[in-house]
Amino acid sequence: MKRSVKHLVDLIVVLTQKDLKVRYKSSFLGYFWSVANPLAYAFVFYIAFKIVMKIQMENYALFLIAGLFPWQWFSNSVNVNIFCFLNNASIIKKVNFPKSIIPFTLVLQDLIHFLAAVPVIVLFMAIYHKSPSWNWIYGIPILLVIQLILTYGLALFVSTINLFFRDLERLTALGVTLLFYFTPVFYSETMIPAKYHYFIQINPLSTLIISWRNLFLNGQINWMYIAASFVSGLVFLAGGYWVYSKLSWKFAEVL
Amino acid sequence: MSIPAVVFNQVGKSYPQYHHITGGIKNFVFHLPSVLRAVRDSRYVALQDINFSVKQGECLGLIGRNGAGKSTSLGLIAGVLKPTVGQVTVSLRVSPLLELGAGFNPDLTGRENIFLNGVLLGMTRLEVARKVDEIIAFADLGDFIEQPIRVYSSGMVARLGFSVVSGLDPELLLIDEILAVGDMRFQEKCMAKMMGFKQQGVTMILVSHSMGDILKICDRVIWIENHLVKMVGEPRQVVESYLANV
Ligand SMILES: Nc1ncnc2c1ncn2[C@@H]1O[C@H](COP(=O)(O)OP(=O)(O)OP(=O)(O)O)[C@@H](O)[C@H]1O
Ligand SMILES: [Mg+2]
Repeated sequence: MKRSVKHLVDLIVVLTQKDLKVRYKSSFLGYFWSVANPLAYAFVFYIAFKIVMKIQMENYALFLIAGLFPWQWFSNSVNVNIFCFLNNASIIKKVNFPKSIIPFTLVLQDLIHFLAAVPVIVLFMAIYHKSPSWNWIYGIPILLVIQLILTYGLALFVSTINLFFRDLERLTALGVTLLFYFTPVFYSETMIPAKYHYFIQINPLSTLIISWRNLFLNGQINWMYIAASFVSGLVFLAGGYWVYSKLSWKFAEVL
Repeated sequence: MSIPAVVFNQVGKSYPQYHHITGGIKNFVFHLPSVLRAVRDSRYVALQDINFSVKQGECLGLIGRNGAGKSTSLGLIAGVLKPTVGQVTVSLRVSPLLELGAGFNPDLTGRENIFLNGVLLGMTRLEVARKVDEIIAFADLGDFIEQPIRVYSSGMVARLGFSVVSGLDPELLLIDEILAVGDMRFQEKCMAKMMGFKQQGVTMILVSHSMGDILKICDRVIWIENHLVKMVGEPRQVVESYLANV
């Protein structure tokens, strides 16, 4: 391996180890929270919509879980990683290195936590007498990559801007919450009235979450949706990286 | 003749007054015209028209009052800051900007910080692993090496920082007042190490308020006053005029 590649890999490794240690004190706790959090949400939504409001849907608990896990990855990666440059001020001010690696390692960690939570989804499927599909073998990696680039692009954007406007975090949290209600996570896309269907097309998270859910529940792959999410992922990545590259040389000044 | 290690060519550095916008979006939007005016007009000039060069293997001292722009100069050389005008050319492998608490994470132990810092400074993990015992021995922190560095005293943090660098094999060392907080014994140890580096031909740029250290180690001294180079030359002369001035 070339030395520069090796060094980049090592940089990702040490930064990841540091974050696991600093954020969760141990990698097990990190995993625990990435499972417990969406499960808690699933529980609350189940009570609210199935038991109280009596939504007409079979296997609603499974439906919720299949959408909430990928959503949790997205929202966590954006809401938590917005502070990643601030938290690494002492490093950024002293050493000149590719700072865009910092959010990348964080989003990568969230990806790994998500992946490690897939067995929990399988467990719930077993309860509902469903089994994994062969399509997962290529479907999961494809969706992982798409969500990785989309989330990384957005995380890079918000964490950069947050250095300059320190209250962006509130706006982002609000934005992510709003997006959650506009995305078919706890309701299905078929429940959306026909005249609002274009909402699915303009919200990149919709196509992504629907793709995940169809893959988990039915082993179904909708190439149209996948292509749409991929394109928006690329747009997010390019946009985030552009903003970062315009502003990264000022980081040491504002920190 | 070898090329100079560092060249400052008519370098100026000014900072916008970021507190206007880091105050937040709300503040920014509600006071848009005045904020824009403030950001555009009021730049703080930290360095102005700085010209000098450092030869390979030379040890240069930077002196001046608080806020004169010494740390800013080192930041420019380390590449963490960019000059507003002019060019800074560095022809050696850029090394860490050594300063108190440099690049350390308070929640990691001393040992973990050695790895983090070593890799950030350009070593691979394997290379750090080979040097780690030597670094720990140099730092001489006893059992504290396994404790998070937030429980360290500032002198202990400085020791760790210097030790990491002593384990590197630096081409260009930037040292910002790191010796000031170490105790006598460690200061002597650092001095000896720096003398060793000097003999090996390592280029060094040292910022210090201790004129004794400057005189001991530097070949040439630059005095920065009011963001300008006030005097360059032989250490004894520059230090004498500086002391006469304060
Ligand atoms: N990020 C920044 N934003 C705005 N002003 C800054 C910034 N960093 C430094 N300055 C200003 O630039 C000037 C030079 O700062 P610098 O840190 O280089 O001083 P110094 O010579 O190292 O002083 P000291 O001896 O106290 O360490 C100071 O007046 C400081 O207020
Ligand atoms: Mg300083």
